[in-house]
Amino acid sequence: MTSASNLLQAVKPASALDVGRIRADFPILDVKVNGKPLVYLDNAASSQMPKQVIDRLVRYQTSEHSNIHRAVHSLSEKATAEYEGARRSIQRFINAKEEREIIFTRGTTDSVNLVMHGYGRAFLGAGDEIIVSQLEHHSNIVPWQMLCEEKGARLRVIPCNDAGELLLDDYAKLFNANTRFVAITHVSNALGSINPAKDMIAIAHRHGVPVLVDGAQAVPHMKVDVQDLDCDFYAFSGHKMCGPTGIGILYGKAQFLEKMKPFEGGGDMILSVTFEKTTYNTIPFKFEAGTPPIAAAIGLGATVDYLESVGLDRIAAHEHDLLTYATEAFAQLKGVRIVGTARNKAAVMSFTVQGVHPHDVGTILNEDGVAVRTGHHCAQPVMQRFGIPATARASFYLYNTFAEVDALVAGIRRVQKIFG
Amino acid sequence: MDSKQLYQEVILDHNKKPRNWGKLADASHKAEGLNPLCGDHIWLSLKLDDERVENIAFEGEGCAICKASSSMMTTNVKGKTVAEAEQLVREFRDMATGKLEIDGEPNHLGRLTVFAGVRYLPSRVKCAILPWHTLQAALHSESVVSTEGDQDPVAVTS
Repeated sequence: MTSASNLLQAVKPASALDVGRIRADFPILDVKVNGKPLVYLDNAASSQMPKQVIDRLVRYQTSEHSNIHRAVHSLSEKATAEYEGARRSIQRFINAKEEREIIFTRGTTDSVNLVMHGYGRAFLGAGDEIIVSQLEHHSNIVPWQMLCEEKGARLRVIPCNDAGELLLDDYAKLFNANTRFVAITHVSNALGSINPAKDMIAIAHRHGVPVLVDGAQAVPHMKVDVQDLDCDFYAFSGHKMCGPTGIGILYGKAQFLEKMKPFEGGGDMILSVTFEKTTYNTIPFKFEAGTPPIAAAIGLGATVDYLESVGLDRIAAHEHDLLTYATEAFAQLKGVRIVGTARNKAAVMSFTVQGVHPHDVGTILNEDGVAVRTGHHCAQPVMQRFGIPATARASFYLYNTFAEVDALVAGIRRVQKIFG
Repeated sequence: MDSKQLYQEVILDHNKKPRNWGKLADASHKAEGLNPLCGDHIWLSLKLDDERVENIAFEGEGCAICKASSSMMTTNVKGKTVAEAEQLVREFRDMATGKLEIDGEPNHLGRLTVFAGVRYLPSRVKCAILPWHTLQAALHSESVVSTEGDQDPVAVTS
């Protein structure tokens, strides 16, 4: 080990969390990859699940499962109570005003599409404008492009600076009489930039324009209060916050959800059906057609309980320490460029190694058991902005350690040695 | 699978100093190869004369595996007949997807067997195969190929 990294070892900040105890909650962290301990740094793509959530899924499936909102028998009542209990947990977690403002979806992508179909297709028309940002994930671009194509509407883009920070003056200037909707990410998945969502929402509201916030990278890592933000829609996914895949949330203000059209038709979203006319159910059920992933929803409730027991503020503080430590360590690496240097940044390190394609970086790091994401991160416009085809991305979570940052840095040095 | 097996000296050398780099001014056949998922993108031009690859060149951007595979492909098919080149395309593809055992079965791959290790890295198979795929397209005068969708070598063979 070099003297530079020894120096870094010496200045490691005291952790805000008892990470050893937290790691014991995550069975998968004992897995070996290529004979090396797994160093899991792909949390922005999907995070790992603690045994508290795994156990909750097993308990549900072992002794509580039935369909919900259907039958009078005991199991159905139990499953229904647990499913609706999870909804209340999530309502509390993001401080929504009412539980009917919490809709279970398949994930963030599904949530955005629900708003596009239910609100966009109903209320936008030719010549209308939708504002998105340069930092969006494809899931918050493509649905709006589809809407634009269908309606003859137009997409406007908030630019960002070289650090990956959105330019708010330019954003404010995008509004005109035709602006009908704003869809922005809270935290950039590719760069880690934390956008000033509350200010951006206030600007939109001054123009009477509703705002959807993609919170997939925010909710797992920081305290989110939808009433404080005053967003009209907020979308996030279970599997990026230590919960199950196949489940996510759309929060929407009741006043919007009530006037929206259903996205999908089917069972549970109706009050009555005849061949002449169907009356839709009330919110949130109007948007939950068919049998939902009940186990995953209940698992998401347990996930929220777990994160609250650890404390979102402490998780955020620990991740900030990891980011600071990693940023200093990367500064010692010649030929390594950090892509995304926003002042307000989540624990995401997107980087390039001079002369080495990110996929080669990822393959070699994997040999050391280090899992990072490589590619465009479903955010090609971000890559285009920075003039690169792809990056390698290390993204941290509550169970990551300073030693794992060291393993990443050592792996990058090995990449550089191989490519000499 | 140890990455040392894949990132051997010969691959690193071809990555750093790709052979037959550029575009042929007098190309008779051209094709563009694209791997949208990882951004590998190459342009291949060749000059066929009497069913023989008289000259070949490539340029583009991509990972070490794609660049080295492209470079070594050009040195291997130059001077070969179209039939021989197509035979190499098949053998390389079968090696990379694990259908051809290079030690047990007769083949014409020679030094190209340095790429045998990609079979253990399914996410990288496309990188190695892209230039060969593009060569096949050029020989058949298709202009653009992609390793996604119908032409996904991994999806087709696994």
